Amino acid sequence: MNSFIRIGSVTGKEFKHLARDRLTLGMIVMLPLIQLLLFGYAINTVVRGIPVGVVDMSNSAAGRIITEQIRVTQVVSIDQHFDTPAQARDAIIAGRIRAALVLPEDLTHRIANGATVGQWMVDGSDTMVGSALLGLRQMPLKLEAGAPSGAYQAVPPSFEIALFFNPERRSQVNIVPGLTAVILTMTMILFTSVALVREREQGNMEMLITTPIHPLELMVGKLVPYIFVGILQISIIIGLGWSVFDVAFFGDYLNLAVITLSFIAASLTLGLLISTQAKTQMQAMQMTVFVLLPSILLSGFMFPYDAMPTVAQYIAEVLPATHFVRLIRGVYLRDAQLGQLAPDILWLLGFTVVMLTVATLRFQKTLD
Amino acid sequence: MSEPAVRARGLSRRFGEVLAVDNIDLDIPHGQIFGFLGPNGSGKTTTIRVLCGLLTPSSGEVVVLGQRIPAEAEAVRRRIGYMTQQFSLYADLSVEENLQFMGSIQGLGRRARRQRIDELIEQYELGDMRNRRASAMSGGQRQRLALAAATIHRPDLLFLDEPTSAVDPENRRDFWEKLFDLLESGTSILVSTHYMDEAERCHRLAILDHGRLRLEGSPEELMGALDNRVVEIDGRDLRKVKNAALALPRVLSAAQQGLRLRVLLEEGEEDPCAYLRSALDGQALEIGSARPSLEDVFVAATLPDSEDAA
Repeated sequence: MNSFIRIGSVTGKEFKHLARDRLTLGMIVMLPLIQLLLFGYAINTVVRGIPVGVVDMSNSAAGRIITEQIRVTQVVSIDQHFDTPAQARDAIIAGRIRAALVLPEDLTHRIANGATVGQWMVDGSDTMVGSALLGLRQMPLKLEAGAPSGAYQAVPPSFEIALFFNPERRSQVNIVPGLTAVILTMTMILFTSVALVREREQGNMEMLITTPIHPLELMVGKLVPYIFVGILQISIIIGLGWSVFDVAFFGDYLNLAVITLSFIAASLTLGLLISTQAKTQMQAMQMTVFVLLPSILLSGFMFPYDAMPTVAQYIAEVLPATHFVRLIRGVYLRDAQLGQLAPDILWLLGFTVVMLTVATLRFQKTLD
Repeated sequence: MSEPAVRARGLSRRFGEVLAVDNIDLDIPHGQIFGFLGPNGSGKTTTIRVLCGLLTPSSGEVVVLGQRIPAEAEAVRRRIGYMTQQFSLYADLSVEENLQFMGSIQGLGRRARRQRIDELIEQYELGDMRNRRASAMSGGQRQRLALAAATIHRPDLLFLDEPTSAVDPENRRDFWEKLFDLLESGTSILVSTHYMDEAERCHRLAILDHGRLRLEGSPEELMGALDNRVVEIDGRDLRKVKNAALALPRVLSAAQQGLRLRVLLEEGEEDPCAYLRSALDGQALEIGSARPSLEDVFVAATLPDSEDAA
């Protein structure tokens, strides 16, 4: 009986701890809420609205009908038109579109002969997007209306599909580069936030701020080691991805360095901001989880960005990981150049500046 | 020097509803060890933090080493040292690494640092633990390391917040010897404590209670002011006598110390012994006047009713 009383008193005390720790209480409610909303609404494995381009070299009524019929499937959204396949390819490498439909000059002739009518150039680096586009290979196209007389064929026209960057459709090719974003998000934000909060929690900060050190000096000094930690981690992932999973790195190492450092900077300054907010290391970890979860689920690492509803896409746009997933897949698999990736890089740099400014303003050299 | 090391006028600091420091005036001269004596929560730490520029005063005027605080706090940081209540160096760094870090933060050049660290290690007897991590040191050793780190830049003014609360009496004695060495080398010192024996070593004392400055003066002055107000009673049934004494209108406090009861009376009683003897009906009691101690001073200064008087 005594044992029950003792267990009961421990339980009662634990409930009080829970009730008085607002962040933990918040997590208890927010975690299932956020997870459910993310999985329920944002994550959609049936891909819709993939941004694609069209290169209609036939410039014919049949070409326009085919384009229109593909558009109404809603699998793709036809955002751009190009004059040459080379332009479309560049847009794919830059990540502006996921695929391009090329309709050759002799389109009408090909329809009449029952030959393959066109080619899909598909960015295979995202396997889910690749699969969705493979479904368009056999489309029950109806060409009666507007088709030249005598062109009708019993056999529906089909397309040839060229899967770029990942012709075997291996998921590792998709996962390995994206994983760098998740791992760096986790470690960079967590390490910096915890490292700074630790100084405060253990009382070091009280002593440090009576010395002539400037807050910015302290922050920059604390961040520098983690830049090397980030570089080490990304080297491990790329090394293992290549040696164990045979995911070759096609890109330029200088480009890789630029995008990685931009992302590390953005993540570190986000960690810094968390550290100015969190009072204990535990709180810093909990806050990191709130950034980490959407970074895994919404960044495009696990589920295609294009398939998410607009609201989720807005949230994803705010997360540095989303931009880095785009960048790293571009550099890693498509050998995209910095100029083509500029918007995402600039976004990360801007994010860094804003976070650093806010964190410095919030970090005052007093205990007030 | 005409300008004191620290001058505060009407210094207050509020945390929400709580007035932690209430309208304090202070003049701390150069070349002395100045003590803050007060119970926990009396505002000692808050006052020191304001003087160091760690906290912004809610109101009042503070000048430290000729610089206005907090506006010119940065200028004063090079000239003050602060040893926090809790050990605030890095537990996972060695003695030498901690001192290297503090030295370079304080702007000492490589060679000056090297030399100064050797000096400090010698001075604070840390020679055989140069490479030991702070986590593996005893309370007293850690305290010496903290003092070495706080004085690495030879500050003009050193703040010590309850520096010996985690140290045994013998180490405490040693520690105070080090403080007098520092004083001789030109560092003025402000130290807070709740130990009477430490307070007695200070040149001047300020007694704080509930955020207010109750008394200020040298320990001798403060104790002298209580002459003829402290009485010791020896006898049987002292617990009963104590209750009887406390019920008397002129008795401020009564506390047993060993075999005797120490009674503090209000000011202005001509012959306190006679008063008590008659009031307590004390035939069986041995009643005699006693030399006031600092504890008596402290008790007299922090009595609840003196709040109205103050």
